[in-house]
Amino acid sequence: MNKKLGEIIASKYFSFFVTVILFAVLYGAGIAMYKGFMKPQVFLNLFIDNAALIIVTVGITFTLLIGGIDLSVGAVLALTCMVLAWILANTGIPVFAAIFIVLLMGTLFGALQGYIIAKFDLQPFIITLAGMLFCRGMTAVISRETINITDPVFVAMADFRLPVGPGFVSMGVLIALASLIIAAVVLGFTRFGRNIYALGGSESSASLMGLPVFRTKVSVYTISGFCSSLGGIAYALMMLTGYNLHGMGMEMDAIASTVIGGTLLTGGVGFIPGALFGVLIQGVILTFISFQGTLSAWWTKIVVGALLCVFIIMQAFITEHKSKLTAQSSLEENS
Amino acid sequence: MEKLKNFTSSSLFLPVVALAVLLVFNGIFVEGFFDIQVTEDGRLFGRVIDILTRSSSLVILSLGMTLVIATSGIDISVGAVVAISAAVVCTLIGGRGDGVAETPMLLAMLASVGIGILCGLWNGLLVAKFKIQAVVATLILMTAGRGVAQLLTEGQIITVYYKPFASIAGVIPGMPLPTNVFIALAMVAFVAIVMKKTSIGLFIQSVGINPTAAKYVGINVTMVLFLVYAFSGFCAGVTGLIESSLIRAADANNAGLNMEMDAILAVALGGTLLSGGKFYLGGSVIGAITIQTLTTTLYALGVSADQLPVVKAVAVIAICLIQSRKARDLFEKWKNRGNGAAAAGAKAVNKA
Repeated sequence: MNKKLGEIIASKYFSFFVTVILFAVLYGAGIAMYKGFMKPQVFLNLFIDNAALIIVTVGITFTLLIGGIDLSVGAVLALTCMVLAWILANTGIPVFAAIFIVLLMGTLFGALQGYIIAKFDLQPFIITLAGMLFCRGMTAVISRETINITDPVFVAMADFRLPVGPGFVSMGVLIALASLIIAAVVLGFTRFGRNIYALGGSESSASLMGLPVFRTKVSVYTISGFCSSLGGIAYALMMLTGYNLHGMGMEMDAIASTVIGGTLLTGGVGFIPGALFGVLIQGVILTFISFQGTLSAWWTKIVVGALLCVFIIMQAFITEHKSKLTAQSSLEENS
Repeated sequence: MEKLKNFTSSSLFLPVVALAVLLVFNGIFVEGFFDIQVTEDGRLFGRVIDILTRSSSLVILSLGMTLVIATSGIDISVGAVVAISAAVVCTLIGGRGDGVAETPMLLAMLASVGIGILCGLWNGLLVAKFKIQAVVATLILMTAGRGVAQLLTEGQIITVYYKPFASIAGVIPGMPLPTNVFIALAMVAFVAIVMKKTSIGLFIQSVGINPTAAKYVGINVTMVLFLVYAFSGFCAGVTGLIESSLIRAADANNAGLNMEMDAILAVALGGTLLSGGKFYLGGSVIGAITIQTLTTTLYALGVSADQLPVVKAVAVIAICLIQSRKARDLFEKWKNRGNGAAAAGAKAVNKA
């Protein structure tokens, strides 16, 4: 019995199951406390409100899987909204070309960060920190005021509602789900995905095995940059503005979601659906606070910080438990 | 010549040159930049003094950050801890309009510095005991810290009308400089003496270079890490006092905002490698003053506070590239390639 429990804890999906159970318990508690939680639209709103965060989290998961980090995501998102709004307000470029331009911009920015990190062997933390400062600053350079998006095509896209059962979802949700599915497939079923896990497990082993370390590293940060700008478009669809303070602190939310969803920050272990549940848990906490009515929004920060702490400590214990287990099994094999 | 070479290869070279360039730039383009006036009651007054005063917070923070980075860690929670400390001192003294303190000021100050140390110990617990990477461990407090500060101030900006509170970052009558300059000086002196007279500096370095080896030598690695993070928390606590006294209020959203970035930048500029090991306190102090000079200069040029990060980001990347061994290797290779071609050319000439 004890051995079985040990095996469950050591399983790759243990944190993921803990997260799913936590989500179910939180949602159950919500239903028990407030009648409104029962409405299907409340559940769908979790996705609608967090579409941008889901997309950004998908991107950041890639970087965390190789043991890196990308702190620039929130700032790239803000810059994307701002550039998009500026283009639509000041030039005659059609909407879809503008969207293409900002996506290209985010992707190239991610690639540049990845190139500097991989080429000069610098800590990703410090380079993406600089990236974050740069993008935030550039957003303010473009405009310190809010720019509204009034383009009829873009507004129509923002108003788009796809009926799902008794409720509806927005365009952002569709983008978020698509990126979740693509990311899960890439990580689970392609050679590139396996390279990422191998690189996260041990960079030196991966390079000795002849895996393309440099290329994988650059691609991972490129993906993160792309996802951030895609998240920026989902954000712009929701807010219909470009503003300097959009997505402030989103990098922390995204990292927290990924960690809560079971990705090890040391790299090598992680799972895309887990990241989704990480975001949803934060969404439920926010919904709780808005239903409760008297608590302020900064309670979310404290609760998320506490959750992050619990999960990180849990990870530390699991890793220790696992290394004990492997040591044990190798002893048994030898005897 | 030998001396010059020693200086260019020393760790102080980069920050000193950067500071000199900034000062020369200011001296040329800002009228009366170096003027220092003495007011009637013996106060010094001028732009240089202003920069020195403003940089004292950053100097204090970068002292703690230097030691943390030397153990190959990082503390990105200092900005949030500054906000917490500011919230504690202002809530304890209270925002009573008639200028009466609800708690004695000394007690409130001790409490807020104590909270800073407590935050540092928490980080130390996660890093030293639970063996969590420093970035992630301090990320927790960075995320939750501002929330805690908001909780303490109940979402309000607490303005303190109690007069003596302003003297922490203001001028005490009869003194030539604001108090925070003296606080910063005292802390620099304290750290310098401790590093000179005890072997703790050596312990910190060996933990940063190789914790396993340090452990086998008999250094209490856990203790060293605890101390270092607690000290960083202490520095953040003191900075919180100064920052709140400066505006006579606790603003949980903006107190110490982005200060962790500036402190890391100051340490890196001062020549301490971000991967840990050897550290340079003097470099960090000059680095902090340089960053503040840069900030002030850019403000004078009409760059707004929210556009400032662009310049700082470029500075971070440049410093990282200069520090990076790989970049240096590539540069050497590129230089030697030129030499190689020249040598080949010379050979060809000889043959002919």
